[in-house]
Amino acid sequence: MSLNPWIWLAALLTVCTFTFLWRDNPFYKFAEHLFVGVSVGYTIAILYWNAFMPRVWEPIVINHQFYVLLPTILGILSFAIFFKKISWLIRYPIAFIMGAGCGISVPRSFQGYIFRHMQGTITAISPGQSNLLLISNIIMVIGVIATLLYFYFSIEHKGFIGKVANVGIWYIMLAFGAGFGYTVMARVSLLIGRLQFLLHDWLGVID
Amino acid sequence: MNFLEKMMNIDRRWIYLLVGICVLVPLIRPVGLPTSLTPYTKALFDYIDKIPADGPAVLISFDFDPSTAPELQPMAQSILRHCFSKDINVMCLGLMPTYIGMIDIALSSVKDEYGAVSGEDFVFLPYVPGVTAVMLSMGESIVNTFGRDYYGIPLDSLSMMQHIRNYDDVALVVSISGSAMPQSWAVLVGTTYHVKVGVGTTAVSAAEYYSWLQTGQFIGMLGGLKGAAEYENLIESKGYTIEGFRKVATKGMDAQSFVHILMIVLIIIGNIAFFSLRKKSRQI
Repeated sequence: MSLNPWIWLAALLTVCTFTFLWRDNPFYKFAEHLFVGVSVGYTIAILYWNAFMPRVWEPIVINHQFYVLLPTILGILSFAIFFKKISWLIRYPIAFIMGAGCGISVPRSFQGYIFRHMQGTITAISPGQSNLLLISNIIMVIGVIATLLYFYFSIEHKGFIGKVANVGIWYIMLAFGAGFGYTVMARVSLLIGRLQFLLHDWLGVID
Repeated sequence: MNFLEKMMNIDRRWIYLLVGICVLVPLIRPVGLPTSLTPYTKALFDYIDKIPADGPAVLISFDFDPSTAPELQPMAQSILRHCFSKDINVMCLGLMPTYIGMIDIALSSVKDEYGAVSGEDFVFLPYVPGVTAVMLSMGESIVNTFGRDYYGIPLDSLSMMQHIRNYDDVALVVSISGSAMPQSWAVLVGTTYHVKVGVGTTAVSAAEYYSWLQTGQFIGMLGGLKGAAEYENLIESKGYTIEGFRKVATKGMDAQSFVHILMIVLIIIGNIAFFSLRKKSRQI
């Protein structure tokens, strides 16, 4: 069994959190609130030492790089939302973030999210690949077309179009199934991680 | 009330109990069920394995916090072990404040095993706000983007950083993530700077990344605890681990398999109960 008081604290907080499985209770509430408080405190400390001090305080106060005042003032305007009379000033930092964000991400998003995936689908059925991979890719291409057709609402889904759209539904269901299977795996992994901590790090009953 | 009706109205706490037993028993008494190797894990391993020692760096982006650590921390530690054992330069980066602590935990548990030295074998980059801006700025100059390392030492004074200027000197970005961050790496950095991107992800996100693997935007993927276990087995089989290496993810895979069997059984029982009761109510 561990003699480290921090391990004990972490273990007791884990047990407090697990009590929610029975029902909501003060122990769970305590752990939940402590988690939120610690997360916020930790984030503020990291932001202060890694962002405010080296990016704002040192350049302006120590190095006299006064051009840093411009983005600093823009950042400070974000807090205007807390003051009713000047809350409209928040539009400036938001406008800057939206403008810069769109300018940066729109062309790259088209390239990364759409063109590369279209290219991947179009070139999937190409000669020179093994039969198994070819069959897999044909199934994939059929799935892409059928699913896209399912989400195309300008044509009534009946006759041939309806049948293809139905195939699309099957593909979507398979995707949901795969997603659910993976989700179970993810959630169970979190439980395994916590129990490994309790049994190994705290109690020392497993290797 | 017969068995099927009872199953339809079962208190969910019985299911919690069964899941708890299915996890606890294999952790205490491991069965050692085999974990097969997936091609995407092998692809990531092979790519890192071919990176020359003390050449271009591997940038590991720790894009996760404690909420997904049980799945992702073993991946990060295994990749660090792989790199340190082959003298591959590593840069560790956290793009959100809460991600920084995960780097600290991973490095402190691995660096001493291999005698890895900060500034020579690895660089712990500090938190700098602005995810997109940081990603793009690193394409111009890593030193100018961060200035100092996590410990406050100027980056341009570190021996490892003498030959690492920007993404031209990065062989691979590995985004270990419980969020959509790997997509940002692929779209913003992979597309713009043509850097290879690998991904270690929670199982929840793994399904959606297969299309990114097919397009070549990710060179390989570790999916969930299984991906981490596969990587642990790979580095152990190649002799990249020290004696007494604790395979955290592999130890959890028995429990994972047991719970999946339980889930399959519960889904089958639930469906049989649902359709039987529906049939019975229609007959009435």
